[in-house]
Amino acid sequence: MNLALKDIRHNLGRFALTTVGVGLLLMIVMGMGGIYRGVIEDATLLIDRVGADLWVVQRSTRGPFAEISRVPPNLVHRVQAVPGVRTAREFVYHTIQRERAGKPLRIAVMGLSWPTDKGDWLPLSAGRHLSQNHFEMIADETLRLPVGSEITLGKETYKVVGTTKNLISSNGDGIAFVTVQDAQAIQFDISGEGVRLEREAREARGESFEAALTQPALLDNAGRPTGELPAIARPQLSAVMVTVHPGTELDDVTNIIAGWSDVSVFTRDGQRELLLKGSVEKIKAQIGLFRVLLTIIAAIIMALILYTLTLDKIHSIALLKLIGAPNSVILGLILQQALILGGMGFGIAYLLGQRVFPMFPRRVIITEGDVAQLGMIVLLISVASSVLGIWKAMKVSPNEALS
Amino acid sequence: MTRAAQSETTVQRTSSDPLLAIETERLTKVYGSGNTEVIAMQDATMRVRRGEVVALLGPSGSGKSTFLTAVGLINPPTSGRVHIGGQLVLDGPLARTNLRSFRRRHIGFVFQKSNLIPFLTAAENVRIAMELNGETRRAATQRTVELLDYLGVADRANNLPSMLSGGQQQRVAVARALANQPSVILADEPTAALDSHRGRQVMELFAKVAHEQQAAVIVVTHDHRSLDVFDTHYEMEDGRLSLATPKSH
Repeated sequence: MNLALKDIRHNLGRFALTTVGVGLLLMIVMGMGGIYRGVIEDATLLIDRVGADLWVVQRSTRGPFAEISRVPPNLVHRVQAVPGVRTAREFVYHTIQRERAGKPLRIAVMGLSWPTDKGDWLPLSAGRHLSQNHFEMIADETLRLPVGSEITLGKETYKVVGTTKNLISSNGDGIAFVTVQDAQAIQFDISGEGVRLEREAREARGESFEAALTQPALLDNAGRPTGELPAIARPQLSAVMVTVHPGTELDDVTNIIAGWSDVSVFTRDGQRELLLKGSVEKIKAQIGLFRVLLTIIAAIIMALILYTLTLDKIHSIALLKLIGAPNSVILGLILQQALILGGMGFGIAYLLGQRVFPMFPRRVIITEGDVAQLGMIVLLISVASSVLGIWKAMKVSPNEALS
Repeated sequence: MTRAAQSETTVQRTSSDPLLAIETERLTKVYGSGNTEVIAMQDATMRVRRGEVVALLGPSGSGKSTFLTAVGLINPPTSGRVHIGGQLVLDGPLARTNLRSFRRRHIGFVFQKSNLIPFLTAAENVRIAMELNGETRRAATQRTVELLDYLGVADRANNLPSMLSGGQQQRVAVARALANQPSVILADEPTAALDSHRGRQVMELFAKVAHEQQAAVIVVTHDHRSLDVFDTHYEMEDGRLSLATPKSH
């Protein structure tokens, strides 16, 4: 006769409510683990997906994901000339915040090196890849910009031609992919008034410039659009992404580029590690510690619940001892209830989590390994938390059945 | 005579009477020590044969329950001995066998109230005693049906204790006490929560069980109205046990 199940059947309502409570608690523990993994996954997703073997960034910086990096556009051609390099692509990446429908909208803008990169490597959930040099955008679903919708950034309006799923920056902002030129236009957009003021300032500087006194025609140049001025460089890139030919030693290419005094070079793993040890590390540690705390709290709460359930059965336990039940029967009663409570709580946590976590603003990633790990933790918690109840039950004297 | 010699004599005497179910020798129970010492029971000696129904009378606090829990191997005495079925099981506070296992096989208990496990049905309350004793589920179920039928509560077999009347609960408790066919049944004020009619029914049930199942039954009671049911009356006062009526056999 399974006494644990009989007792549960007798107190079904209370046990069910308790189990739901434990389940919700475990769901939060599971969710914290999922958020923790989601942060890491989001942070490294772009690095993994973009498929670059090497990242060439501004000298002494840690790359565009960790801090601001500026490299000249012609770096692409220099890198392309290195023996063993298959492709060198421009990488422009920055985050903007605009308002849309009265709500703030944060977008991580990434430039695709048109025409070599039309975003073919992006896993689309709808629409198509870029098919023209300007004014088209592939947006992550989290930005809530469906295919066909339009958004004005700077002076231009961009049409969303495709959507991706789960392509998010390390800060949790959805990524929008446009061409490098468009990304730079968005990044360096200046208002009309700003352009006029800059032009006037340029002309003012020109008037005090000695050469302009002897050659007044130079002042006409100062009034031309910025992009037409030969002395002013094109907007800079964030980095250059490099892929090498199959069979090429990555170290050979790395050593050559590392010898240039104006840039630093990182492998994909190096960039990934920099990201995890940099901007993501604190949030990772914070969530990790919070998860540990929650696990301890769950264990304490389960122990208290099981202890209370045992207290409620003290008379029955005394009676069982009186009629000769061995300790194993009483131990089994409490331990089985602990395992049922933990097991069902875990099941509720998993099932509820499947429905609730997708509604979270940031990704909550629960892997099979995480589920198995939490299962083991719940098993350990269940056994550990039943110790208090078992200790109490073992102390009960059969005499108490007579009182 | 030395203590060892006394012990040897006792063992020989008990083993020579196969019908002797319970024998207590000078049971004494002392709580506390020094100024706080309380003697709950002193030199309580009793012999009960199989099939005999004994009433243990006495005012509250006289030591009846202390005596019963000592005989029931729940609360060992400070000194004295308890023999059950000819076997020395308690020598002072020392257990001479696994008491819990011995209780399971040889002793049935019935109490004043809260006799049954609340989360088990009447049938399960009876069956659990047999299953704990290693009986197969099939055999235990069969005997449970027979016992509940014998005690007139077969129709309440699937009810939880909370759905049974006090009398029905006591009948189920008696059924559980009989489950493993014990040689000893101990009842502590089993009719206290019942009206006089039902109380008498339960007392008559003990007598019937004792005679038909050849069990030794000791019933602690305050109820003098049912004394005619018992074969022997003992009285307890201030921890001292005395025979109130001579044995009929």
